[in-house]
Amino acid sequence: MTALIALIRKDLILFLADRRALLLSLTMPVMLGAFFGYLFGGSGSPDNVKIEIAVVSQDQGEISKKIVAGLKADGSLHVQELALAVAKEQVLKGKLNAAIVIPEGFSDAAGAALFGGRDKPEIPIFYDPSQSAVLGMVKGMLTQQVMQHVSAEMFSGKSGQVFIDQSIERIEASVATDPARTELRDFLKSVRKFQTHNQSPDPATGQAAGSAGLSMPFVTRDQAMSSGPRYNGYAHSFAGMSVQFILFMGLDAGVGILLARRLGLWKRLLAAPISSATILGARALSCALIALGLLAFVYLVGALFFKVSIAGSALGFVGVAVCFALFTAMFGLFVAAFGGTPEATRGLATFATLVMVMLGGSWVPAFLFPQWLQTATLLVPTRWAVDGLEAMTWRGLPLDAALAPIAALLGFSLLFGALALWKFGRDERA
Amino acid sequence: MLRASHLNKSYGKQQAVRDVSFALLHGQTLGLIGPNGAGKSTTVSMLCGLLRPDSGEVLLEGVAIGQGSSEVKRQIGLVPQDLALYEDLSARENLKLFGALYGLQGKALRNRCDEVLELTQLSERSKDLIKTFSGGMKRRLNIAAALLHDPQLLILDEPTVGIDPQSRNAIFDSLELLKRQGRSLIYTSHYMEEVERLADHIVVIDHGKVIADESPADLYLRLPAAAALTVDLEAPISAETLALLEARPGVSGVTSTGQHLEIALAKTTDALPVLDWLATQGCRALHFGTAKASLEDVFLTLTGRTLRD
Repeated sequence: MTALIALIRKDLILFLADRRALLLSLTMPVMLGAFFGYLFGGSGSPDNVKIEIAVVSQDQGEISKKIVAGLKADGSLHVQELALAVAKEQVLKGKLNAAIVIPEGFSDAAGAALFGGRDKPEIPIFYDPSQSAVLGMVKGMLTQQVMQHVSAEMFSGKSGQVFIDQSIERIEASVATDPARTELRDFLKSVRKFQTHNQSPDPATGQAAGSAGLSMPFVTRDQAMSSGPRYNGYAHSFAGMSVQFILFMGLDAGVGILLARRLGLWKRLLAAPISSATILGARALSCALIALGLLAFVYLVGALFFKVSIAGSALGFVGVAVCFALFTAMFGLFVAAFGGTPEATRGLATFATLVMVMLGGSWVPAFLFPQWLQTATLLVPTRWAVDGLEAMTWRGLPLDAALAPIAALLGFSLLFGALALWKFGRDERA
Repeated sequence: MLRASHLNKSYGKQQAVRDVSFALLHGQTLGLIGPNGAGKSTTVSMLCGLLRPDSGEVLLEGVAIGQGSSEVKRQIGLVPQDLALYEDLSARENLKLFGALYGLQGKALRNRCDEVLELTQLSERSKDLIKTFSGGMKRRLNIAAALLHDPQLLILDEPTVGIDPQSRNAIFDSLELLKRQGRSLIYTSHYMEEVERLADHIVVIDHGKVIADESPADLYLRLPAAAALTVDLEAPISAETLALLEARPGVSGVTSTGQHLEIALAKTTDALPVLDWLATQGCRALHFGTAKASLEDVFLTLTGRTLRD
């Protein structure tokens, strides 16, 4: 026990003594976690998820003015009114997601097209091809505004009255030669009556009924599905970056064993009356303790400055953290057991770690992966670590939800640890 | 005290050690010499229980040295060829760690740290990080770490590689003190003068095999000459005088190149009578010099090549 404690103490002192490495281990996950967290929605403020667009209004008609006002009022958009050239340049540079151009005469042309179905005016939309998913969203919002305001103007606005009167006159003249247009004339006359009714004062209030037009036949009620306070992008990114940098620490621990073997320190340790299992066990324990310390620090900073909280089971969080720390330790031993030279091993293991954290959803949430990849990455231990930490933080799930990640991480730890011990044992017997 | 019997070790098809056997008595210092790749380090690793021999065994006080937590390892202190120290720990922290590996703790550990630091003349630097030490200081601490648990047998694998003469002397002072205290030492080195200074018994290994296992005195007896006399004459020696010289007592061979003579002698003290005799023969010497044979010469005689070939 004296030897075990002395070896663990030595590893902890060495870790703390390397100030530069310690500083990087502590700050890198926090800095990158904060950056990625901000990109993925921060702590849930809607300002962070607004779509940046420009509107170039070349039409002075009432409909166009109302469309622009409607777009500006949409909470999902941040709208700037710009000149065409400026707007195109901003989109080209990637500073805006899209630019909508409302052409001159749009108000009149849109009204005519609503009933006539011909000569539809075009609304050019310039968009950033790297943000193509945004195009559909912008089109949807624009469609809503256009339909609402064009139909309102046609059914109750002044320009609508003029347009209906002119259309009826034009159709009357052609009914003799084209009897099929009788139905359209009758429909427009009904619309005219509707307009007149809308403009008559209400006997009760003495005021006109006001504008009426087509509107969305529903409203949505959006509710974020999280048992916690609300989605926190930092909670996701802190989980991902913690996993990444703690695994790097585990990798360093493994490479440290390879260096010790090269430098003769391993010989000196093995020359003592202690088993190699004690030496490896001490390394694993110290590595796991350091991993837990790093995780605790990152989440403490997350809680203090980024509103990251353990909204789920605290016990589940501790369980996932401990099992991930154990996995990190076993990963380090695995690297040491199967590595070649320290230099080559560091390169190869760094690559493997990056692949593992990428597939584990540390950089981009796993739910953005294609379905087949989401299923395939269940074989990647980091996926369980990230999912487990997320489940216990912003998702706010109970202890039950931590059991699968805990079991998976323990299973991977046993696998990596058993392989490492087998290899060390084989080398010792050789 | 220690007996290595018929040790064999192969790495794949390469046989590193072949049927190596030797014994070390209590209080004795054994020099293990041989060129690079001769099998010295593999042998040392088997002596310490770091490597399992393919066949053969190592007994310390009659107990087989095994791998792992074998208790008999407590009686051995290993000074590895590499500096086996943690550079980012202080000298005392290093010693405390290595002492704890042998079960030392508390006051006993602190006392032993003080003692070995004193022995290796590092007490004043005990709190400094190893990375601030000179090469010689690191070598001394490397030895100190092996002495903490007060082992009966100290195995030193090339302990003076890459250090200045002053540090080497400091190390030798410490080792000679240990020797006087009756501790057993096994010493491997490239530096023959070091082995000659310390060893009571020498094992020469070449190509994984023991080719000599004797005291230094007995090893020198294997040499055709224990000393050499070189003389530059005023004029070339005549064939007649040369024949008379070769027949002189104490002279085991003569090589003549013009005015230059190389005379092999049984012992260094035969040099002056030979010079006197040459003078009586009218052979006036302009310059002369003598050299004692070394273990390097012994190795050359035994293997036909030098230790550093």
